[in-house]
Amino acid sequence: MTAATDAIVRGATRDWEPVIGLEVHVELDTATKMFCSCAVTKGDPPNTHTCPVCLAHPGALPVVNQRAVEYATRIALALNCTVRPRNVFHRKNYFYPDLPKAYQISQFDEPLAVDGWFEYWVGDEKLRCRVNRVHMEEDAAKLVHAGGEAGRIAGSDSSVVDFNRGGTPLIEIVTEPDIPSPAAAREFLQQMRDLVVELGVSACTMEEGQVRWDANISVRPVGSGELGTRTELKNMNSFRFLQQALESELPRQIAVLEAGGRIDQETLHFDPDTGTTTPLRSKEEAHDYRYFPEPDLVPLVMDPAWVDEVRAALPELPAARVVRFMERYGLARADALVIGGPGALARFYEAVVAEGVDPKLAANWTMGEYLAHLNAAGLEPGHGHVTPERLAALVRLVADGVVSTSAAKDVFAKMIEERGEPADVVERHGLAQLSDVAALEAAVAEVVAGHPSQVEQYRAGKQQVLGFLVGQVMKATGGRANPKLVNDLLRTALDR
Amino acid sequence: MEGLDTLRLTAREAKKLLVDGEISSAELTKAYLDQIAAVEDRVRAYILVTADNAAKYSTKVDREMQAMRGPLAGLPIAVKDNMVTEGVTTTCASRILNNYMPVYTATAVRQLWDDHVVMLGKTNLDEFAMGSSTENSSFQTTRNPWDLGTVPGGSSGGSAAAVAAGEALWGLGSDTGGSIRQPAALCGVVGMKPTYGLVSRYGLIAFASSLDQIGPLTRSVYDCALLLRHIMGKDPHDATSVTAPAPVDLPSAERLDGLRVGIPREYLAVGIEAGVRSRFDETVALVEELGGSCVEVSLPHTEYALPAYYIIAPAEASANLARFDGVRYGYRAADAGDLLTMYERTRGEGFGPEVKRRIMIGTYALSAGYYDAYYGRAQRVRTLVRRDFDEVFAEVDLVASPTSPTVAFPVGARTGDPLAMYMSDLCTIPVNLAGLPAISIPCGLSDGLPVGFQLIGPAFSENRVLGAAHALEAALGFDTAPPFRDAAAARVTGAAGHESAGPAR
Repeated sequence: MTAATDAIVRGATRDWEPVIGLEVHVELDTATKMFCSCAVTKGDPPNTHTCPVCLAHPGALPVVNQRAVEYATRIALALNCTVRPRNVFHRKNYFYPDLPKAYQISQFDEPLAVDGWFEYWVGDEKLRCRVNRVHMEEDAAKLVHAGGEAGRIAGSDSSVVDFNRGGTPLIEIVTEPDIPSPAAAREFLQQMRDLVVELGVSACTMEEGQVRWDANISVRPVGSGELGTRTELKNMNSFRFLQQALESELPRQIAVLEAGGRIDQETLHFDPDTGTTTPLRSKEEAHDYRYFPEPDLVPLVMDPAWVDEVRAALPELPAARVVRFMERYGLARADALVIGGPGALARFYEAVVAEGVDPKLAANWTMGEYLAHLNAAGLEPGHGHVTPERLAALVRLVADGVVSTSAAKDVFAKMIEERGEPADVVERHGLAQLSDVAALEAAVAEVVAGHPSQVEQYRAGKQQVLGFLVGQVMKATGGRANPKLVNDLLRTALDR
Repeated sequence: MEGLDTLRLTAREAKKLLVDGEISSAELTKAYLDQIAAVEDRVRAYILVTADNAAKYSTKVDREMQAMRGPLAGLPIAVKDNMVTEGVTTTCASRILNNYMPVYTATAVRQLWDDHVVMLGKTNLDEFAMGSSTENSSFQTTRNPWDLGTVPGGSSGGSAAAVAAGEALWGLGSDTGGSIRQPAALCGVVGMKPTYGLVSRYGLIAFASSLDQIGPLTRSVYDCALLLRHIMGKDPHDATSVTAPAPVDLPSAERLDGLRVGIPREYLAVGIEAGVRSRFDETVALVEELGGSCVEVSLPHTEYALPAYYIIAPAEASANLARFDGVRYGYRAADAGDLLTMYERTRGEGFGPEVKRRIMIGTYALSAGYYDAYYGRAQRVRTLVRRDFDEVFAEVDLVASPTSPTVAFPVGARTGDPLAMYMSDLCTIPVNLAGLPAISIPCGLSDGLPVGFQLIGPAFSENRVLGAAHALEAALGFDTAPPFRDAAAARVTGAAGHESAGPAR
């Protein structure tokens, strides 16, 4: 089985395969906007970071943010693209209140970079998706509509514009239609996000829409080399909704085609509440953007030596790190992806391992308790009271048999609660494993005496009862008993 | 100060009077404000006269002369109303920007303010600099001081007329296809379009970004160089601005020895008026008298320059003017109800007919399916026009032509015929397409109206252009004082009727 064969949909007349392409928009974390020196901020009062340029006052002119070009180049190189020696900004013309110039400065037929690829994992399978282009543009401002249908301009009583976001540097990554399934699309985007974060060019905060996607999807009979007519799902910023939207669009297209119909090339809106897509606009209504070269900017000439410098300064990329984690630490691919994909978690994990503990045990604790703790507390890896040193100390206590695995989970919880070292927590709460044979023999004797019928069953050959009896001893010792020792002592007592 | 001849005084002379203590900035400024009071109701060069500010600021310059000493300190200037000025309304002669108050100042103007230049006011223009007569102004038509029944040319007709009428010592204009040189020619003053990129466009309300350039309108070539020196320079706010390879010098040439001047035969084949042709030929003869040589040259793609310009300029304008949408500033139609209606009514009511015509042409030229046939082809023509000049400048040092095929035409004569109006710029448009420097100097009169002589140089040859113009100017001895003749007034009384009132102040 492969991701592609998994994605085949059995229709009434034949089998169909989906073909998916993605456009990824990433807001860059530069200090200032794409074409002016206003600060890029989040959460500040509306319209506090504006100037004649980003408000499109008469006579104002754009100037390219060099740092944004560097960040975009990092992305392009990490996606194995060819950075074009000369690239050109174009004006994309349309009227909307969030676009103060009534054109967006973007790139068109002479973008920053072209012809790359991105490798990502779907289960145990490594897929390659070709990247058509990476280009630079500016973000629109934020519109807020009051009254009427929630969030739509049509029918609202009034609308206000916050220009703080307007002009934020934006990167668009356009893939070829190489993605074989909605699930693969989700994997692609998650791993692409890890990559962009790793490059240090954007935090890709999902809630703030720092990363957004459009997806194109079509279907074709399995084995057909042709591309079907596609529909476009616009402006999604949740991995789950994107996958759901694609999964709901697939059977709709297949049903239309199997009924002898035709797919209209149109833009769709996905409603997560109903799980269905509805048309936003058709091809006939599509904008004519009247692209033409932006005369206020000169073409960007990319110095090859500078591009090489940017390339040389790229960090280890997640895909390479996952492979390294598998090879060096003996992790399974699924585990290596979870730990090695996101850079901050990977760095935390390696700091734990650097303390000299078993890498696999460290991986279990990093993926298990630690990740759960981060999610519950809303923390980024590396933040909070659980330092790599403390987690390593805890892992060592487990490995050395000082605490049982179940007790170690309590220790972990109390480490956070009390902001303490694991050894102190064990000491303070008496959580150390009981390995005192005399004390345990007494507890075992009590359990054997207290459960005559289960003892009988065991002796009659029902081995499974042993587990129940072990549990009773653990319970009696407050979970601190060394389970292996209890096991041995019980067998001895029962077989007597 | 009594007896100050504002019709003839140059900035060079005014500066000397100031430095020698013969006159104060306040007195100098008052002389221009007095002249404005005397003739402005007939000339209507200004959209806004900032008399109080000018009087106050000139007094301040006088008081703080030590601190404010600078090459241009205290000299009054008129600024075309398409350059934004913080705290002073800027309209572009359009209803859509009526009462628009800029929050920053154009770099070229800012540099002059930093030099303690006194701003007299904002001058009239064709709406968004689209036109060749100022008749496309939404507020008023400026009159030519040589004959008040004729137009001053355009689009910088306000600055040109203000300088000619002694209502300003000098002025700033902008030139997209001849908008400085053609009005300079029609008003008998000096006007120069510098090499593209020499002067920052930041704060110049864009008409056609790849063609627009700010430049001086002055009473002498020396003044032209002096003003250019103080507005030029690479601006971090304008990515298309450049550092000049050499500074602009104050010209002093009296001879043209060894100068090779090319006369493009295509420029003389396009219906040049007889009177204009005579003055031009006399000036060409003068070039040779001064030691230069003139040869016929060919710029073979000239006939395609005008159509290419009328694709490229409107295409850029259609996007540049899209920001005037009623959302953030300027005019907004009341009670539109919904967004689309608001856009349509705001722009429908805010823009005049010529602006709408060009927005439509430009939008069409950029439309899907037409781009290659129009915009793409026009850009290729532009390359050919540029190449024509490159080839000619391998043979000659400068190219000369009449600035305008005609002298000032009567108000109303061409308003009904846009194509006739467009022909006014036949000799100036190729220069913008090629991004070259060019100057227009007055070279005599025809029927009592000034004739302009244009000198075009290779990119960044400002010193060569200004030097040659300076030598010619001295030999020509043109008297810049206009007669304020009203001869044509009788035949254009009807034309005044379509003027609307000036903008609310």
